[in-house]
Amino acid sequence: MSAQPLAPASATRELVKVEPAADVPVLAGWGRLPMPGREVLSENLEAVSAGAVLSRGLGRSYGDSSLPASPADKVVGTRLANRILHFDPVAGILRAEAGLSLAEMNRLFIPRGWFTPVTPGTQFVTLGGMVASDVHGKNHHRDGCFGAHVRSLRMRLADDSVVECSPTQDADLFYGTIGGMGLLGHVLEVEFAFQRIASPWIYMESERVGNVDEFLGSLSKAASSFPMSMGWIDCLSRGRSMGRGIMMAGRWATPAEAPAAPPAEAKKIVFPVELPNFALNPLTASLFNSAYYWRHVRRRVSAVVGPDPFFYPLDAILNWNRAYGSRGFTQYQCVIPRAAGAPAVREFMHLLTKLGGASPLCVIKDCGPEGKGVLSFPLEGTSIAVDMAVMPDLQRIIDNLNEFVIATKGRIYLTKDRFTRAEHFRAMEPRLPAFLALREKWDPKRRLRSAQSQRLFGDEV
Amino acid sequence: MKAIVFGGTSGMGRAIARRLVERGDTVFLLGNEEAELQRSAADLKAHHKSSAEVGHAICDLASPEGFAAALDAADAGLGGFDTVVVTAAMFATQEALEADIELTRKLVTLDYANTLVFCEHVRKRLLARGGGRLTVFSSVAGDRGRKPVAIYGSAKAGLSIYLEALDHKYHAAGLAVLCVKPGFVKTGMTAGLKPPPFAGEPDQVARDVVRAMDKRLPVIYTPGIWALVMLVIRFLPRFVMRKIGF
Repeated sequence: MSAQPLAPASATRELVKVEPAADVPVLAGWGRLPMPGREVLSENLEAVSAGAVLSRGLGRSYGDSSLPASPADKVVGTRLANRILHFDPVAGILRAEAGLSLAEMNRLFIPRGWFTPVTPGTQFVTLGGMVASDVHGKNHHRDGCFGAHVRSLRMRLADDSVVECSPTQDADLFYGTIGGMGLLGHVLEVEFAFQRIASPWIYMESERVGNVDEFLGSLSKAASSFPMSMGWIDCLSRGRSMGRGIMMAGRWATPAEAPAAPPAEAKKIVFPVELPNFALNPLTASLFNSAYYWRHVRRRVSAVVGPDPFFYPLDAILNWNRAYGSRGFTQYQCVIPRAAGAPAVREFMHLLTKLGGASPLCVIKDCGPEGKGVLSFPLEGTSIAVDMAVMPDLQRIIDNLNEFVIATKGRIYLTKDRFTRAEHFRAMEPRLPAFLALREKWDPKRRLRSAQSQRLFGDEV
Repeated sequence: MKAIVFGGTSGMGRAIARRLVERGDTVFLLGNEEAELQRSAADLKAHHKSSAEVGHAICDLASPEGFAAALDAADAGLGGFDTVVVTAAMFATQEALEADIELTRKLVTLDYANTLVFCEHVRKRLLARGGGRLTVFSSVAGDRGRKPVAIYGSAKAGLSIYLEALDHKYHAAGLAVLCVKPGFVKTGMTAGLKPPPFAGEPDQVARDVVRAMDKRLPVIYTPGIWALVMLVIRFLPRFVMRKIGF
């Protein structure tokens, strides 16, 4: 790959949402920035994946990971392939088709005392997506990513063969697929180990935290005593209260702590309309943040709550992405290595508040050691994720943040990304050559691709 | 319930079989592909609270000579069934059917003649044991002659009329016949089509259908809004139907 000069922001990617003609079918990620393309759905994933160049599940990745590089590319939608093929009720091992959703697994298995070893912040994801993104959760510091609990994968490869891979069988393919964004093959079936839970309830403690330094202290303290922790961080407040927020830590409640009845199924609200673009602006965002911060009146609160409000607070409002209006949005998620220390995190928060553009949705969490997935996101340090509405300045903001993250030797999460430049990604990802070598081995003709791989790896269309 | 689900490996049949198993009913699957039957039986076993085995047997809507044997196998597997759900059917677009007369012959044979023959087998067996439930998936397409479903709709119209008559004739004898008229539902069958407004999900249909079975209703439109849509469509004058594409 030859180094490309850094093009001016406006020339590289359209920042204003392009509304495709009404009769052109489009696909979009959670950030609602559509691209022309259509998905082929079938209950028979093995058959339909033949000749396909990309798989997608429930479309919850924010950016362009699940969007086609070209409208002519065959994109397979996996969500109808949702059967459980085997469940071992003693060891808690589950094997299922890749389109099975986490919501369905939770519905079926939490009452039986089993929970996914790792959950992202939404349950509207598929098993295949959890593998491709190598999702992490509040327990990353203790249990690593989802991929660490996967035992075997059945895959359709670029040459259309169907193989089984595992940590012992074609291990390079296996670890390249964990966090590999679906670029080494289509995941057809996943086998992984559930975790035993003591009750279907969570014991939770939350604490109002005054600034970013306090936050880092609280996070590391929580990490030593709780298996799960994370925090909501106010990305708009400046000065002494920069990086204030609410820290949450939890564990599964013991049978003695848990109420006798299982948690009631919460009624879901549908976000009814797309808000106008001006609805979410710096003023409303900071009003919301202050209200949310001070709503936590007592400094410290503990409670026993259901898994849904603890793990998936935003799942209670279906289609909440409409709040950003027709302009769409993205999420910037990066991890700043522990080696760079607290000053780097403070400096990042400073940069973020200075650049502006942050929305009320901002999450901070402690990550444990890097896993074995070749392109897997987390590494030991502090992860910060912040939603940003699309605005004229967005490319510059992301470029600036990326340059800072590169300097700390950190990296970004591909599942959230839509705007990172190829040269920035190369600079932050020392593992990229290893991943490209895997693509060369398993897909020498680069048949498998996405809009994201085209953007970041320069795949030809 | 001890229920046979013919077509329970995919789509709305899959959703109904899961719903029945999850609430503790016993299910036996019929379908035309062994591998699919095995995968779905495993899925249903995992959906059952205590992992009860789910039996299955081959039954092909294209081969009516195999119906009796398949029902025998299911009867043995369930220890006497009292409920039969038929979601198995064939679908093709009007365009494809008009271009291929053999496809047309096959579709009307499967969706009308062979489905009716299967129901006749079931009717005799259920009546012989004092009644039971027969739930069959017809379609809103059978409610009115419409351009986009001229051929498929006519087969479903015939099926709906048969099911209605069956209800009239045998209701008193204890046979609860339910004619299900789904609107557009997002399944593998309709995967290539653009979903219209009010498109439903299989789980929603399964919930409606199982509730209607419990209440022993004769007809159900699902999602419910389609009852209203079809009411309007049924009363549209001919000159309007000639103009519109619906």
